[in-house]
Amino acid sequence: MSMNRRDFLKTAAAGGGAILATASVPAGASMPKELPPEAVGILYDATLCIGCKSCMVNCKSHNSVPKGGLDSGKPEASYEYYGPDKIWDAPQDLSEKTLNIIKVYKNGTGLNKDTVENGYSFVKQHCMHCISPACVSACPVAALKKDPKNGVVFYEEDRCIGCRYCQLACPFRIPKYEFSKSSPQVRKCQLCHHRFAEGKYSACCEFCPTGASIFGKVTDLRNEAQKRLALKPGAEHDFPVKTVDSKEKSRRTVSRYVGSVYGLKEAGGTQYLLLAGVPYELLGFDKNITDQTLPDLTWAYISKIPAVIATVLIGGAATWAITRGRNRDKEE
Amino acid sequence: MNQKDIKMMTPMTKILLLIMAAGGVAAIYRLFFGLGATTNLSDIWPWGFWIGFDVLGGVAMAAGGFVIAGTVYILNWKKYKPIVRPAILNAFFGYALAATSIFLDIGQSFRIWHPLVMWQINSIMFIVAIHVVLYTTTLAAESSPMLFERYNMKGAYSIMSKIMVPIVLFGVLLSTLHQSSLGAVYLLIPSKLSPLWYSSRLPYMFLVSAVFLALSMVSFETILSSRLFNHKVPMDIITGLARGSLITGIIYFCMKIWDLAAGPGFGAAFSGSFTANMYLVEMIIGVVLPLAVLSVRTYRTSMKSIFAVNILVIVGIVVNRLNVGIFGLAEYAGRFGVDYFPSFTELLITAAMVSFAFFGFKVSAKYLNLFPETDH
Repeated sequence: MSMNRRDFLKTAAAGGGAILATASVPAGASMPKELPPEAVGILYDATLCIGCKSCMVNCKSHNSVPKGGLDSGKPEASYEYYGPDKIWDAPQDLSEKTLNIIKVYKNGTGLNKDTVENGYSFVKQHCMHCISPACVSACPVAALKKDPKNGVVFYEEDRCIGCRYCQLACPFRIPKYEFSKSSPQVRKCQLCHHRFAEGKYSACCEFCPTGASIFGKVTDLRNEAQKRLALKPGAEHDFPVKTVDSKEKSRRTVSRYVGSVYGLKEAGGTQYLLLAGVPYELLGFDKNITDQTLPDLTWAYISKIPAVIATVLIGGAATWAITRGRNRDKEE
Repeated sequence: MNQKDIKMMTPMTKILLLIMAAGGVAAIYRLFFGLGATTNLSDIWPWGFWIGFDVLGGVAMAAGGFVIAGTVYILNWKKYKPIVRPAILNAFFGYALAATSIFLDIGQSFRIWHPLVMWQINSIMFIVAIHVVLYTTTLAAESSPMLFERYNMKGAYSIMSKIMVPIVLFGVLLSTLHQSSLGAVYLLIPSKLSPLWYSSRLPYMFLVSAVFLALSMVSFETILSSRLFNHKVPMDIITGLARGSLITGIIYFCMKIWDLAAGPGFGAAFSGSFTANMYLVEMIIGVVLPLAVLSVRTYRTSMKSIFAVNILVIVGIVVNRLNVGIFGLAEYAGRFGVDYFPSFTELLITAAMVSFAFFGFKVSAKYLNLFPETDH
C-alpha cells in the first residue's frame, strides 16, 4: 500500500461525491400521498349487488383486446376451467386470467342479504388503485406506475423483469403472475384505462345492471358513498347506474350499511371504494391492513442512504488514516 | 503447503461436478419452461427457497468479504491479512450464488439488466439490484491481484495494490448498504410478515447479524481449508475471530431481545406455534448456544469448540434468513390455504450453486495464491 493519504482522500472524496450526487436525486421523488387532481375510481356497493357476475364476464372480454389488462399479444380468451367437464369459466379467485371477481360471504342459513348472521353478502375484488401504491414503490424498473393525473395504477409489460416484489408488497393480494408461461407477465386490473381514450370507462361498471359498481371521479364517489351512509334503511332511493353522475337510476330499498366506507384511509387511501352491510373483514379484507402509507416504511430506509454513504466514506477514510501508522502486528 | 499436492479429481469433486451438471440441465429447463413447471411458487408464495436461501442466505454468508477486507485495509489490522484473500473469494462465490439465483428466479431472466437503466429510486429492490451488480464487480476487483499474480501481470498488479484501499472502502460501503437493504425489503409487508421478525429495525438486524455470521464463516473456512489443504491452523487468527464473534453476538442478542420486547412481546416466542418454534430454533442455535460456549475462556480458545460454534452460527443465521423470507410468511399464507415447500428443481439448482462455490474455491486454492502467508 504505497498510496499517500492525500491521494486516498482525493479518490475517496471524488467517488463519494459522485455517489452522493446520484443519491441526492431521489429527495424529490418520493411517492404521491394525495389523491391526483383528476383521480377516477370505482364505488362498489355490496348491498346493490345481485351476484350476476356480468362485471366478471365483461372484464374478461373487454380486457382480452390489444392493450387491455389481459392482452397476451395474440387473440385469446382468458377463460379458466375448474372441474372435469371443462365447459364453464369458473375462476376460484383473482388470477392471471381473472382481474375482477365476485365472491360471496355466507353464514348459517345464508338467507338474509347483507346480514352477518344467517346472512350473505357479495363482494367484488380487484385492484384498489391505492393513492400511494406499495406495488409501484416496490417495482425496481417502474413497470408498475401510477398515472399522475387519473391515478390509475397500470403496468408496462416491456419493462417488467418478473421479480414479483409487487406481489409480496401488495397488502390486497392483487398482482397475479403467469407462472405457467415461459415469458410471464404480471396481471392486474388497470381500471380499463385502455378504454379511456374512446370516452369509455371500466367495463365492470358499464355492464353492471344494478348500479352496484359505478365509475367516476374519486371525489364524487366519496361524496356519493357518504350520502348513502346517511340514508335511512328501509326507505326507497334512486341509485345511479354505471357512473356516479349518470341520469340512469335504479330505485331500490336502502339497506343497513356498516358505518364506514372502505378505502378512505386503508393503506393510505384507495381509488376503489366499498360499501357493505357486513364488516369488511368478513368480506376478505385483511384486518392487519392499517391506515399506514406503506411506501413510507421503505422510504424511511432509502432516505437515509446518502447519510450512510457520507458516514461510511468519511469515517472509513478517517479510520484508515488514523490506524495506518499503528503497527498492530506488534501484538503478535 | 504445496499447492500441487491438492488433488483435483477426488470422489468428492466428482460428486460436485455431477450435481453441477444436473443443476445446469435443470436451469436450462427452467429457462425454457418457466417457473410454474419447475418451482412450487404461487401468487401467495411469490418468493421461495431461491430468495430465502440463495439470496438472503448467500449474501449474508458472503459478509466475510467486507468484514475482513475492512479489518485489514481500513482498520489496518494486518494480523488478519492471511485470511483476506479466501474471505474475499468466498464472498465472490456467495454473490455468484445470489446473482445466479436471481437470474433464474425472475420471470424474465434476460431482462436482468433493466434495473441498471430503468431507475426507480423508491424501490428497495432497485437498491438491492444496483448493489448486487456494483459489489460483485468490486469483489472481482478485490480478487483480481491473485489472477494478475498468477499470470505475472506486474503492471496490473501494482496498480491494483495502489488503489486497493479505496476499493475496499467502496466495498465496505456497498456491503453495509446491501446487507441492510435486504432486511429493508421486508419493511413493506407489515401485514404479512410475522411480528416475531417484522420490525422497523430489520435493516439493522440484517447488518449486525451479517457481521456476526461473517466472523464465523471466515473462521469456519479458515479451519476447514487448513485441514483440507494441509496447512497449520493459524490459532491467533481463529481466537481473534472468536472474540469478535462474542462481541458482535452479544450486540445482536441484545438487539433481538429488545426487538422482541418492543414488538410482539416475549410470550409470542413461546406460544408453541410453528412460527414461534422456528424463532426459538433460530435464536437457540444461532445466538444463545454460541454465546454460551464463547463466554467460557477455555472454549473460546479451543479450535474444536470454535469450529462447533461456527457451524451453529452459520446454521442459525441462515435459519433467520429463511424465517424472514419463508417461514415468517407461513401464517399469512396459511390463511389462504396455500403451503410452500421447495420443488426438487429448486433444491437441485441451489445444490448445484453451492457445489459450484466449493469447486470454485478448490480450483482457486490449487491454481491461485489463495493463502499467501501460509506457504513459506
